[in-house]
Amino acid sequence: MYRVVKKEVLAPTLNLFEIEAPLVARKAMAGQFIILRVDEEGERIPLTIADYDRGKGTITCVFQEVGKTTKELGALSEGDYLQDFVGPLGMPSHVENFGRVVCVGGGVGVAPVFPIARALKETGNEVIGIMGARTKDLLFWEEKMGSACNELHVITDDGSYMRKGFVTDVLREVIEEKKDIGLCVAIGPLPMMRAVCDLTREYGLKTVVSLNSIMVDGTGMCGCCRVSIGGETKFACVDGPEFDGHQVDFAEMARRAVIYKPLEQQALSRFVEKQEHSCVCGCGGGEK
Amino acid sequence: MTQEKKPKKTIAPKKNPMPSQDPVQRARNFDEVTLGYSEEAVVAEAKRCLQCKNAPCRRGCPVEVDIPAFIALVAKRDFAGAIKKLKEKNALPAVCGRVCPQESQCEKYCTLGKKHEPVAIGRIERFCADWELANGVLPQEVEPPTGKKVAVVGSGPSGLTCAADLAKLGHKVNVFEALHVPGGVLMYGIPEFRLPKKVVQAEISNLKNLGVDIEVNAVVGKFAVVDELLNGGGYDAMFIGTGAGLPYFMNIPGENACGVYSANEFLTRTNLMKAYRFPEADTPIRVGRKVAVLGGGNVAMDAARTALRLGAEESWIVYRRSKNELPARHEEVDHAEEEGVKFAFLTSPTRIIYNDDYWVTAMECLQYELGEPDDSGRRRPVPIPGSEFVMDVDTVVVAIGQGPNPLVPRTTKNLACNKRGNIVADTETGATSKPGVYAGGDVVTGAATVILAMGAGRTAAKSIHAYLNGKN
Ligand SMILES: Cc1cc2nc3c(=O)[nH]c(=O)nc-3n(C[C@H](O)[C@H](O)[C@H](O)COP(=O)(O)OP(=O)(O)OC[C@H]3O[C@@H](n4cnc5c(N)ncnc54)[C@H](O)[C@@H]3O)c2cc1C
Ligand SMILES: Cc1cc2nc3c(=O)[nH]c(=O)nc-3n(C[C@H](O)[C@H](O)[C@H](O)COP(=O)(O)OP(=O)(O)OC[C@H]3O[C@@H](n4cnc5c(N)ncnc54)[C@H](O)[C@@H]3O)c2cc1C
Ligand code: SF4
Ligand code: SF4
Ligand code: FES
Repeated sequence: MYRVVKKEVLAPTLNLFEIEAPLVARKAMAGQFIILRVDEEGERIPLTIADYDRGKGTITCVFQEVGKTTKELGALSEGDYLQDFVGPLGMPSHVENFGRVVCVGGGVGVAPVFPIARALKETGNEVIGIMGARTKDLLFWEEKMGSACNELHVITDDGSYMRKGFVTDVLREVIEEKKDIGLCVAIGPLPMMRAVCDLTREYGLKTVVSLNSIMVDGTGMCGCCRVSIGGETKFACVDGPEFDGHQVDFAEMARRAVIYKPLEQQALSRFVEKQEHSCVCGCGGGEK
Repeated sequence: MTQEKKPKKTIAPKKNPMPSQDPVQRARNFDEVTLGYSEEAVVAEAKRCLQCKNAPCRRGCPVEVDIPAFIALVAKRDFAGAIKKLKEKNALPAVCGRVCPQESQCEKYCTLGKKHEPVAIGRIERFCADWELANGVLPQEVEPPTGKKVAVVGSGPSGLTCAADLAKLGHKVNVFEALHVPGGVLMYGIPEFRLPKKVVQAEISNLKNLGVDIEVNAVVGKFAVVDELLNGGGYDAMFIGTGAGLPYFMNIPGENACGVYSANEFLTRTNLMKAYRFPEADTPIRVGRKVAVLGGGNVAMDAARTALRLGAEESWIVYRRSKNELPARHEEVDHAEEEGVKFAFLTSPTRIIYNDDYWVTAMECLQYELGEPDDSGRRRPVPIPGSEFVMDVDTVVVAIGQGPNPLVPRTTKNLACNKRGNIVADTETGATSKPGVYAGGDVVTGAATVILAMGAGRTAAKSIHAYLNGKN
């Protein structure tokens, strides 16, 4: 069992968990992920490693409540235990001195991009950070990202904080202004990563993205996570999750991501209903 | 034939029938298909055995179970004695009795089989193991601690057997398993209706009673590499039994479409993650109306039968050779047929057809005929030009084989592997190219059988014991 040592609600459906898992923390690297199960009946869901503390033996994950499992996870409190927690899985980010790099994080994608930006900066890169969110309330880790970047741009879709617009708007300006960028790392929702890749392709700027395909084991055993990279099938859990964004078949990814949508919705409404029924105090759930 | 003086006993020509669930009913539930012999039936079956002096049956068993001896004890109703005899050679009789391909192993060589049906060795074996589970497992003797520590990577039949044998010899054994439950293919691959998971877990709790520690959620190559465990991890030796878990695909167009599964994914979702209980269990699975399973081995049969149980209207086995060449256990093929699985022999797909939403709608296939025998001695399937036809299916399960998972080989220095990625290990000892590191099971042989994996684990345990003694 793995203890949640810290919980922070970053935004209404956005949580940060610090989880005790010394064996994972000992080896964790930027770009890798873990798979967890909340309880005995739980499904295995992957979350990216947003930070780690080898001394304390903890892993930090940031997750968005989007369905049954992430909602259930969000209902846990500090001191609660997770049934299973395995990692670090996937290949670490490729970090070297590229000179100048851009790191783009969209929405919850800011969390996985942070340790990569930090590692790139520590390796001597000049890191330009771009972070975006739908609205001000969903922004988090501005300060933390600031510390991992030499320069940070923040933008919101609705203009409720800083500039109004999309991360690609800033990215285009940055590319135009600073010609010699060695690498772009972009993590966020699929449409965002796709838009970033469409843009950087125009400039021939190599772009790395992290793919959130549906997974089961995370060890290369089931093939459920397969993605098409430059026409070749790869398993995101062992060959990735990071790939050359210009080679990714985003259309295929988008279709495969919704394979279980009707079933997921069924599970979610059943869960929400159950939570409402078991709660008499009007607290909105949380009681098991 | 060996008992000249006694009056000739009359032998029932057929095996005592195995009671099983009604095919129509069982095709829609996940309960075990076969129910096991009654005491009367098992004794009657044991009495069919001729007690041949040369015991040809033993030669067919990869671990050389003393078949006439244990059967004689069953005939005398000494079930405790029988299970003890079995366990001298076979650490997992409850599993092997159920899943060994007996027709090509022990029962193939049975003297009775020349004229009649052979003795139902597997069924008798299963009875004994189940009898023990029901009546309490006898504690096994453990030698005094040696102070030596061994790491076992993977908890399939090879790893479990190796761990048990080493623990009995007094060594401290830690098993590392990547998944959240131990058991390997016995847990995630072979379905509940063929091998109830409580049977597997009973075998595993046995192991824990021997003092073996099993660490789940531990992927070797990720949380630590082999060299770290050996140097600094405090382990004196290691056994690698990581199996053949990497699914092969056909490499035909459309294989990434929604509705195409590897058999591993299909079976893992169902068995390990209990998707058949969705939404009580959280993991979903989607089985369509018409399912095509590609392949003809045990894995394919399991997938096709699972599809029916998940509610598919039609479930097809699509196999490029003919019925005679099906590599699956005969009993499973018979069971599949009884349950209504359909077979398209001499057929192989050329592409998977999907709609605008990327969902499978059909599969284009080519018809084959049998030509000259190939290396395996089986007649080679040859495509018939122009024989393309379209099968109306909405789910495709690819069950054409698995390779070794590359995680351990990729991250271990000086571990010799062959071209296919299998770890190279001496068949006599299990020794790899790396001192102190032994390997066995599917990761060495490629996808094979439970009993072979078990035998390899046992062989390696013997060598590891000798290695540790020499290391003093
Ligand atoms: C390598 C990787 C890293 C990830 N990192 C993060 C992260 O740091 N923070 C975060 O908020 N989310 C992350 N995700 C996505 C996260 O795993 C899903 O949001 C979660 O599984 C949804 O589960 P659910 O039951 O709450 O929602 P559901 O209602 O089940 O699903 C909502 C959507 O999530 C995706 N999804 C569902 N099941 C899985 C699964 N088993 N594996 C992967 N995706 C699935 C599907 O696209 C689905 O449509 C990551 C995914 C991958 C593959
Ligand atoms: C669906 C199916 C049906 C079958 N039916 C039969 C049958 O009827 N009769 C029969 O005799 N055989 C059958 N087989 C074959 C048989 O199950 C295998 O030959 C046998 O299980 C191999 O045992 P093993 O110990 O080598 O590996 P496995 O059983 O594959 O176990 C390997 C274990 O190692 C773990 N592992 C892998 N990598 C790592 C790592 N890096 N770190 C830690 N752990 C790791 C895996 O998670 C797994 O649990 C079937 C196989 C399948 C898939
Ligand atoms: S272990 Fe398998 S092959 Fe050996 S006797 Fe038992 S059923 Fe037959
Ligand atoms: S060969 Fe058949 S009849 Fe003879 S001892 Fe073996 S099981 Fe009995
Ligand atoms: S998640 Fe199973 S192979 Fe990648």
